[in-house]
Amino acid sequence: MQFFGGSEISPSPPAPAASGNNAHMLYIFNRNGVCLLYREWNRPLKTLSSQQDHKLMFGLLFSLKSLTAKMDPTSVEKGNLGVPQLPGQGCSFHSFRTNTYKLSFMETPSGIKIILVTHPRTSDLRDSLKYIYNLYVEYVVKNPLYSPGTPIRYELFNKAVDQYVRGLG
Amino acid sequence: MAAIYSLYIINKSGGLIFYKDYGSAGRMDTNDSLRLASLWHSMHAISQQLSPVSGCSGIELLQADTFDLHCFQSLTGTKFFVVCEPGTLHMESLLKHIYELYTDYVLKNPFYEMEMPIRCELFDINLAQAVQKDRVALLGR
Repeated sequence: MQFFGGSEISPSPPAPAASGNNAHMLYIFNRNGVCLLYREWNRPLKTLSSQQDHKLMFGLLFSLKSLTAKMDPTSVEKGNLGVPQLPGQGCSFHSFRTNTYKLSFMETPSGIKIILVTHPRTSDLRDSLKYIYNLYVEYVVKNPLYSPGTPIRYELFNKAVDQYVRGLG
Repeated sequence: MAAIYSLYIINKSGGLIFYKDYGSAGRMDTNDSLRLASLWHSMHAISQQLSPVSGCSGIELLQADTFDLHCFQSLTGTKFFVVCEPGTLHMESLLKHIYELYTDYVLKNPFYEMEMPIRCELFDINLAQAVQKDRVALLGR
């Protein structure tokens, strides 16, 4: 597994916090744990280097997924804890909330993980994540110059994501 | 109707000190519940590190596809969490009530050793009543 640092991925400066915008960060990982995109709009607290931060985030999602798959109270056959599962296999989760932020998570069948961190009182963002995935498909996957598994550096995609996220309630 | 699937109490170092199942499918053996409890303890700690703003006290609600997990952490670091059906309401107040029962019937029990598994009959009885009451309230909606 290979991890890339992410500070150079987002070349444009973070948007000012005051614009009715309650989104903090956006991460996109591929199935190998490579951070394809990291966008940051409002993040006053930074305790780790960006590379460590991405690793920790991917690790948290991975472990939470195995936790929910094992804890699932509706299925009888749950397998063992910690056995890696394919995307879509086992019980997954779509969000968690702490007192300071809410993290919404989506995984596509190809193993792309989209993570949006927002204000804790944001409503359900599952559709918004699907829309961001659509943007990814349109602007990145359909770009003939993009080679899969490398960090995304497209101004047009960044702009579209920024614009969409800023418009979120 | 099983609104609440299970209840866990973990001590400040992540050890499982109480586990009760209220009818989830498939038996979870002791080792698995111990592992899940300590995994939750570490996920709770990592979520604090990833917070974009300061003052984060860990995950309060995890929404999975088939269940919700509500977690309450006391000031001393003991964590209480329930696994319930998605969208179940009033779990925070139930957790606070369970915490009250814990302080009354476990901590005030002179034979209870701190951070050790809970084996107190009165706690069991009152907990069963609290969960039962919660279910009745749910059915009466």
